[in-house]
Amino acid sequence: MRVDQDLIRNFSIVAHIDHGKSTLADRILEISGAVSKRDMQDQLLDSMDIERERGITIKAQAVRVPWERNGVTYQLNLIDTPGHVDFTYEVSRSLAACEGAVLVVDASQGIEAQTVANAHLAIDNGLEIVPVINKVDLPAAYPDEVAKETADFLGDDPNHVVRISAKSGLNVNEVLDAVVDRIPAPAGDPSAPSRALVFDSVYDQYRGVIAYIRVVDGVLKKGATLQSMATGQTHVIEEVGVMGPQMTPVTSLGAGEVGYVITGVKDVAEIKVGDTFTDAAKPAEVALEGYIDVKPMVFAGLFPSDGEQYEDLRDALAKLRLNDASLMYEPESSQALGFGFRCGFLGLLHMDVVRERLEREWDLDLIATTPNVLYDVLTTAGDTVEVRNPSDMPPATIIEHVEEPYVRATVIVPKEFVGPIMSLCQEERRGDFEKMDYLSETRVAIIYALPLAEIVLDFYDQLKSRTKGYASFDYEMIGYRESNLSKVDILLNGETVDALSIIVHRDKAYAAGKALVDRLRKIIPRQFFDVPVQAAIGSRIIARETIKAKRKDVLAKCYGGDISRKRKLLEKQKKGKKNRMKYVGAVEVPQEAFLSVLSLDDNDA
Amino acid sequence: MGHVRHLYVHIPFCAHRCGYCDFVTVTGHEDRHAAYVDAVLRELQGRGEVLGEVETVYLGGGTPSRLGADLLGRLLDALPQASLETTVECNPEGVDEALAAALGARGVRVSLGAQTFAQPLLDTLERETTPTQVRTAVALLRAAHVPSLSLDLIYGIPGERESDLGRDLATLEELAPDHVSAYELEAKPGTRFAVHHGARLEEQAELLERHMDLVIDSLAYSGYDWYEIASFARAPEHQGRHNRAYWEGRDYLGLGVGAVGTVEGLRRVNGPKLAAYLEDPLTAPAATEEITERTRQEERLMLGLRLADGVAIDEIEPVLDRRALERLVGLELARVEDGRIRLARRGRMLLHDCVAELIHDEPA
Repeated sequence: MRVDQDLIRNFSIVAHIDHGKSTLADRILEISGAVSKRDMQDQLLDSMDIERERGITIKAQAVRVPWERNGVTYQLNLIDTPGHVDFTYEVSRSLAACEGAVLVVDASQGIEAQTVANAHLAIDNGLEIVPVINKVDLPAAYPDEVAKETADFLGDDPNHVVRISAKSGLNVNEVLDAVVDRIPAPAGDPSAPSRALVFDSVYDQYRGVIAYIRVVDGVLKKGATLQSMATGQTHVIEEVGVMGPQMTPVTSLGAGEVGYVITGVKDVAEIKVGDTFTDAAKPAEVALEGYIDVKPMVFAGLFPSDGEQYEDLRDALAKLRLNDASLMYEPESSQALGFGFRCGFLGLLHMDVVRERLEREWDLDLIATTPNVLYDVLTTAGDTVEVRNPSDMPPATIIEHVEEPYVRATVIVPKEFVGPIMSLCQEERRGDFEKMDYLSETRVAIIYALPLAEIVLDFYDQLKSRTKGYASFDYEMIGYRESNLSKVDILLNGETVDALSIIVHRDKAYAAGKALVDRLRKIIPRQFFDVPVQAAIGSRIIARETIKAKRKDVLAKCYGGDISRKRKLLEKQKKGKKNRMKYVGAVEVPQEAFLSVLSLDDNDA
Repeated sequence: MGHVRHLYVHIPFCAHRCGYCDFVTVTGHEDRHAAYVDAVLRELQGRGEVLGEVETVYLGGGTPSRLGADLLGRLLDALPQASLETTVECNPEGVDEALAAALGARGVRVSLGAQTFAQPLLDTLERETTPTQVRTAVALLRAAHVPSLSLDLIYGIPGERESDLGRDLATLEELAPDHVSAYELEAKPGTRFAVHHGARLEEQAELLERHMDLVIDSLAYSGYDWYEIASFARAPEHQGRHNRAYWEGRDYLGLGVGAVGTVEGLRRVNGPKLAAYLEDPLTAPAATEEITERTRQEERLMLGLRLADGVAIDEIEPVLDRRALERLVGLELARVEDGRIRLARRGRMLLHDCVAELIHDEPA
């Protein structure tokens, strides 16, 4: 029997990394009795090792927990959100499935960039915010100041801020009471044609794709035929259920409820996050708002260092893709790196996680080329070309203009670091200043519009080193803007090396070309002959260095007693070389040369 | 009767151990010289059955000349008589009239360790020879009519300038040996020398390329043929035939402490301990290394390319990377003529790189 819609509360927990979101979720499951203490596996919601190590949650899940308040048992649905910027869209869909959010702030750290970004997302989705400050029992905590900062930021009363220790469980019951008291019950129409929001999906090798949904209007029943309002595809519902946190089948899910549906679909790409499911027999007329077909923004080539592993890499990508619809890949071949794949990611972290999983879970040894963003090129013929790889950039003569993706970046720092942040964002990274807010007397939030390409290359490292680690940073996509960009090619011994081309702003092209050429000269060992290394824009050479030819070997004697030793030296020399080298024309290039563009700024500074 | 035609005998005794040397040597023990000769002959008796008609005998060290004329004579007489060449290494300070006579009478080719004619550089090398002693030794050996005389020259000594090398080469021309071994000082890791002079040697690495050019050009001008990376001969009959056997990959038997021999795919390295060897040379510890067919071919390539005649492709076909050969030929570092690979001058300068390039990767 379904509970009354008035007794349902759907909420998420949002927080900056390490502020205690997962610990609070664990404690909620425990004190509500949804999971016994004995079965409690720490941070149950983070199911993948890499996520747990990095303290982030990639895949959202929803758990139903009971909570008794004033003698009435409520049904709380805790919807977990991905904790990182690359998954902003998934976060926004998870939040759209809720009526409220618990905003967790660390009592020793205060508001951080992700706190701001997530809070804004929640507020934009019309959510009621329950502010919570965590870790109040730590010696370094300053709960009064952080409570005030948090309340000021939200325009709330500091007395509304719940002070907890998720670790010890202190006052966690008050959080759940506040969820019941302050977050409204879902408002959907139970008798209207059904509409359910898909806020996540996962692939299970036995069950196929499991879609996580929030029913907004009407009812979804087992055996009914579902229709996707984004694609028009229909599927029979094989199972509906809830997570408690184990998967528990039910006969139907009604308005306001959160759960899962299984339809036998095998490809996660067919179930799109943000889509609206309706009943094909009695379809709704209007889909829920906010559906976007998310496109990868960051691209990089992934190549096996050992060409023999190409097939393994292809299989591994196919398996990863089963559970990650946002991962895109297509075969790519490079004269220098052989056969591999050009992969598209939602962002940098997504790229790191994918690469790490490929290396760790499939034991692959990979070379990743310098990541680049997705450019839109308008040609003189009036066409728009999407450029995923710098080497695919059309010749300058047919380019009308190029557009690149921009983000709105929020940086929160103690006020003494405002100068360094401005010089980094504005002078070095082509940022447009938008605004600066004081969060407290000592801390400020600075907002910039920045080209995504400028944060793809070691922005975060620079930020940390210039602010002694105090800066926190987050960003969201804000669309494409026209930019004056050039493709810089690298020529080794007169031949263009596809994998080394980069796209940079015209003002930076000379410095970047020079830095790149200089690094390559240092990384590429001497060859049998002099090798010119050049940077060029089109046919114009903008920088040049020469790798001098090898010096002679030690020309020592070699008689009967020296042979074994000499041979072993030779074997060592040979081994050190052929494993890690790739031929570009007649030039032997170590694999690390293809990564060198990444740290371009070391030399720029 | 066996098939091995080349015999090496190691004489470990030295007056002093030079800092750059990594051969098996012992200092002192003058009272053990006779016992050592006996031990070598016992080892020959025990292991000599592999020998066939012996073409070359080589006494190296250490310092064979330290045995003195009588003992050296006794050893030479007791060893199998070589049909082509018998060589004895001598230090200049050890050559006196009696030794020269003993060697001359037996038709022995002499390899004399001159190294340099600059006293300060001899001091750096810790050689206990003076330039005058080198001249005297050459004169004594010539007077005793040794059939062939080779001088060793080392360049790249810490502190050596191009003018020092030039003077050495001029002196060499004046002394007119039949053969010259000229090689770059190799500070092998772990030697006292590498520790003391490593940084200095690193500094002058660029200079060494010019040194080598100077040596090759100057000796060529004086009429020497550069027939091997570090060897120059005034006429074909003065080439080191024993050493050629190594470079051509032939089997050789090694006797004495620390001696190395390779016979039918097995390389044997006698242990370095004098006492154990004297007690029983046949049971003294020795290390062995199996030389597989692939290893043998790799060594053939590595050693054969040291020679101006190069190596026959037939002999090394299975380990040869054909594409690498094409690259090297394209870069004019190597030539292929009459089915042999030969390195051009620049290729010989880059010998190790060229060899590493030419050897095909081990099949997985």
